[in-house]
Amino acid sequence: MQTFDLEADGLRALNETLQAQVQTTNETAWDVINPRGSHAIAVGLDAPIEVTVNGSTGYYCAGMNQQATVHVKGNVGPGAAENMMSGKLIVDGDASQYAGATGHGGLLVIKGNASSRCGISMKGIDIVVGGNVGHMSAFMAQAGHLVVCGDAGDALGDSIYEAQLFVRGSVKSLGADCIEKEMRPEHIAKLTELLEAAGMDADPADFKRYGSARQLYNFNIDNAY
Amino acid sequence: MCGIVGLFLKDKALEPKLGAMLTDMLITMSDRGPDSAGIAVYGEDHEGRAKLTLQAADPALFNGLAGEIEDECGVAVKLRMIDTHAVLDLPEDKLAQVRGTVKYLRPDVRVMSAGEVIEIYKEVGLPGEVAKRFDIPELTGSHGIGHTRMATESAVTTLGAHPFSTGADQCLVHNGSLSNHNSLRRKLAREGVTVETENDTEVAAAYLTWKMQEGATLGEALEAGIDDLDGFYTFVVGTKDGFGVVRDPIACKPAVMAETDQYVAFGSEYRALVNLPGIEDAKVWEPEPATVYFWKH
Repeated sequence: MQTFDLEADGLRALNETLQAQVQTTNETAWDVINPRGSHAIAVGLDAPIEVTVNGSTGYYCAGMNQQATVHVKGNVGPGAAENMMSGKLIVDGDASQYAGATGHGGLLVIKGNASSRCGISMKGIDIVVGGNVGHMSAFMAQAGHLVVCGDAGDALGDSIYEAQLFVRGSVKSLGADCIEKEMRPEHIAKLTELLEAAGMDADPADFKRYGSARQLYNFNIDNAY
Repeated sequence: MCGIVGLFLKDKALEPKLGAMLTDMLITMSDRGPDSAGIAVYGEDHEGRAKLTLQAADPALFNGLAGEIEDECGVAVKLRMIDTHAVLDLPEDKLAQVRGTVKYLRPDVRVMSAGEVIEIYKEVGLPGEVAKRFDIPELTGSHGIGHTRMATESAVTTLGAHPFSTGADQCLVHNGSLSNHNSLRRKLAREGVTVETENDTEVAAAYLTWKMQEGATLGEALEAGIDDLDGFYTFVVGTKDGFGVVRDPIACKPAVMAETDQYVAFGSEYRALVNLPGIEDAKVWEPEPATVYFWKH
């Protein structure tokens, strides 16, 4: 286990050190202390390492992640796991706005609540939220899965493409072209897998599925102003 | 951008440290707003006394002012000069008269704040330097609000800096930009409300003042603002005995709050809160969009 004191050694040194880890590194476990809400902690990683951040972070924690598992023992600021390609970000607390934005792959687990625009323009990432998500979540979501164990705010899945949304609680309102869809056995199976991967204790049978009505895919003259 | 910090103390033992705590929070927000900074502090309430905080581009304008006010109004006032600002301590019932007299005696002197306990200091420069110029770390009080500005809507000037006074013992700071401030400025002008600068936030402050003159409470004025103010905003407002927070319905301007038995704190980012006592165990959350929050003593 390597320990890195962010306050003493600085952000640039941390990210350079973590980004320099190669596929076959033996130094697979990293402990970051004194994060103190700093921005861009553990961004751009590309090795199968495990990074534990002991405290809350600012903007863009674990952005552009590939392969690495980042575990934040606190809250994360805006844009956590933005554009993640693979690997994992696990957040013990809450996430601020646009968590998992534009993510292409990997798993983002938020044990608390996520605020507005969670999973905006997601492109293949899987996001599991233990609590609620704020307004405009999964806006223009293209691929991947968003699982919400609590409630969803206004305009869920507005202008959604082919991402699949699962919500256990209430949905304040659905966005344009987002509708409730039938929960078929393959969806139950996928949801079971995601909940298990995220370590969430929830019954897949309690969830509803939402997705695209596919009415915005082609130009419709009646929608023109 | 812009950075906002706010601190509302529940524990009286922390009051002597209010200025120091707010300064630390303010400096942390320097990269969100390096061009100017300001702070409003709510100090001790002395029965029957009030304060006017004045600002002058040339502090020589304050020379002899106390004596001239005494001659004009027949009342003793104490004047404490700090850099480009001066705080007048005077009897509460003479506040309006003295304010009018200052305007008459020194037309180039601006009133930053008026009220029983509020003092507002703001200037162009890095937040740390502004705090030092005004000895902000030495100030004591029950609550305060600070702002670091990155100008987008109007020039970098002292008068364009925040906080803006919205009435006796009231002030407003803003992170965001309003898109209907020109039309609202014209509407307010028709109602007889004058706005001094081209700044969008000053229009929001004037709007709230006008709403309250029309009989609304601060909470009602803020609720009405959600409909009437178009644009992006996280506002923090200060009153004699409390402070409030409201974000626009889109809520893209950041806000983090923390609460313990000792205080309620606001920061544009969590970074601003990390040195507060007991922050590790504080309740930390993000205020909801289009929702008015308020804490009172």
